[in-house]
Amino acid sequence: MSGPPAIEAVDLTRSYDLGGERVQALKGVSLTIGDGEYAAILGPSGSGKSTLMHVLGALDRPTTGTLRIAGRDVAGLDGDALAELRNAHIGFVFQSFHLLARTSAVDNVALPLAYRGVPKGERRLRAAAALERVGLGHRLGHRPNQLSGGEQQRVAIARALVGGPRLVLADEPTGNLDTRTGHEVMDLLERLNGDQGVAVVLVTHEPDVAERAPRRIHVRDGLIETDEREAGR
Amino acid sequence: MRRRELFAVALEALRVNRMRSLLTMLGVVIGVWAVVVLVAIGGGARDMVEGEIEGLGSNIIFVVPGELGFGAAPTVSRMTRDDVARLTDLAGEGAVTAGITSGESVRNGHAEVFATLTGADENGRNVFDRPLAKGRYLSEIDVETRRRVAVLGSVAAERLFGEVDPLGRQVTIGGVRFRVIGVFAAVGQTFGQSRDGEVQVPLTTAHRLLGVTRVDFAAVRAPDAESIEDLQSRIVETLEDAHPGERFSAVTQTQLLGTIGTVLGALTAVLAAIAAISLLVGGVGVSNIMLVSVRERTREIGLRKALGARQRDVLGQFLVEAVLLTSAGGAAGIVLGVGTALTIAALSPVPASIAWWSPVLAFGVSAGVGVFFGVAPARRAGRLDPVVALRAD
Repeated sequence: MSGPPAIEAVDLTRSYDLGGERVQALKGVSLTIGDGEYAAILGPSGSGKSTLMHVLGALDRPTTGTLRIAGRDVAGLDGDALAELRNAHIGFVFQSFHLLARTSAVDNVALPLAYRGVPKGERRLRAAAALERVGLGHRLGHRPNQLSGGEQQRVAIARALVGGPRLVLADEPTGNLDTRTGHEVMDLLERLNGDQGVAVVLVTHEPDVAERAPRRIHVRDGLIETDEREAGR
Repeated sequence: MRRRELFAVALEALRVNRMRSLLTMLGVVIGVWAVVVLVAIGGGARDMVEGEIEGLGSNIIFVVPGELGFGAAPTVSRMTRDDVARLTDLAGEGAVTAGITSGESVRNGHAEVFATLTGADENGRNVFDRPLAKGRYLSEIDVETRRRVAVLGSVAAERLFGEVDPLGRQVTIGGVRFRVIGVFAAVGQTFGQSRDGEVQVPLTTAHRLLGVTRVDFAAVRAPDAESIEDLQSRIVETLEDAHPGERFSAVTQTQLLGTIGTVLGALTAVLAAIAAISLLVGGVGVSNIMLVSVRERTREIGLRKALGARQRDVLGQFLVEAVLLTSAGGAAGIVLGVGTALTIAALSPVPASIAWWSPVLAFGVSAGVGVFFGVAPARRAGRLDPVVALRAD
């Protein structure tokens, strides 16, 4: 794919005020995620990897540094503009799925399109197609409590994909799943990355999950420690 | 997000917390119910009073000494029959009557009633338009020659004579015997006082009986509605010229209606204001529950924002929820209020008058309460930081 990379970050910092104390969660991170790339961000808890994910996903703004998402500089964008940017370019997969409880799978998946103003009928069609791609075409009307954990995470992945994003950010996507289901979810993410060319950034602290990624970015104390790529994958 | 979808999302949220939604609504229901019922009863009371005053006759100007108004001290009258003659010069023959009233006991043998004794002149019946059931009314001769004759109200006649025809029979008033010459047709009550309990005798006879020469009031029948205002000012002018330093009032029933209507209107407004306070309390309840709802659904808000919901999408969702709560409560309150008002009207003498504007206003106000009390929680929801909201427990 041509055009700007999915994400381009230059010298990002992010600091918080915690009870009058200045805490620097990111201390200058530079990183580019190309289109269709598959990368894992690893690090112990407190390393700043969650903050990094929030900043890369435009859920949070960097304190200093430059961040371009799909070529667009986020500096100076207000909350609503960031919301539109997320809606257009980024899909999220969370550890705890974050599905709306009393809402069917298809309507959960259709939710991002609602905020894009897509009419309801078309929304449902596209959501059904996305559920089909994650192998849940037979579960459209089921509610989250009628689905297994693995199925719920697949619904969440369908929701991340439905808007045709450049990048899917997955925050510990297997954290709440048993090993076998976790592997199935990883298989799915890898397949979608391969088939559809969506860039995937995986945040995890599980080495065996990270092992599967061709690029592994280690974060420690708010800085990138190592950024390794496996050749030929 | 489109507006119609906001409604669907809000309805769903209310449905999920059905019990809580109903209880929250109850506050608004009670507030609107109270407003509708109290306004209906206030309006009904005013209609009742106005109806009674209208019964007095339309083109009549009442002339009384002193300033007329609620709270004004009663004034001892200095008007005499000379003043009646002056008014007759203004308004024409037969258009003016005067009277004096006193509470007296009236006896026929052992039967005794305490009646309003009115000294009247021959024009009293014409000016006040009081039909007779039988006999005749006071004549000019009766008045000029101080005849001891009496015209009885229907209730007075019934109490004193029962089934017996009172015409030509005698009653004793203040130790003086009077011959009954007529009986009024029943007219009913004014301000809770039966005018049918009245006994009328010639003004001059009453003067001698009571040992006075004053008249308490005069009444002038204006020839038509247009001349009333002019006649009023000329009456007051004439009387104040004749009695330097005295004040007189000439009022029509329309003006009385105006005064009483103002008083009852103010009363209704006060009642409605008290009821509105309960509506306000209901609104605070809505605000409170919306804050709880926002807190409970912080993660949902965070998710929606992560997926692309803008501030106004989230704000709209919660605002619509609040307005749905209060306007549904308002509608229920209106139905209950109208029902209660109609029940009260059917079961008690208090009439209920449901003005068209009162339910409309109540509905508008309850929807407005939803907006007013929903805005703060909805803004809080709209401003939530998605990172913080997603992490919430």
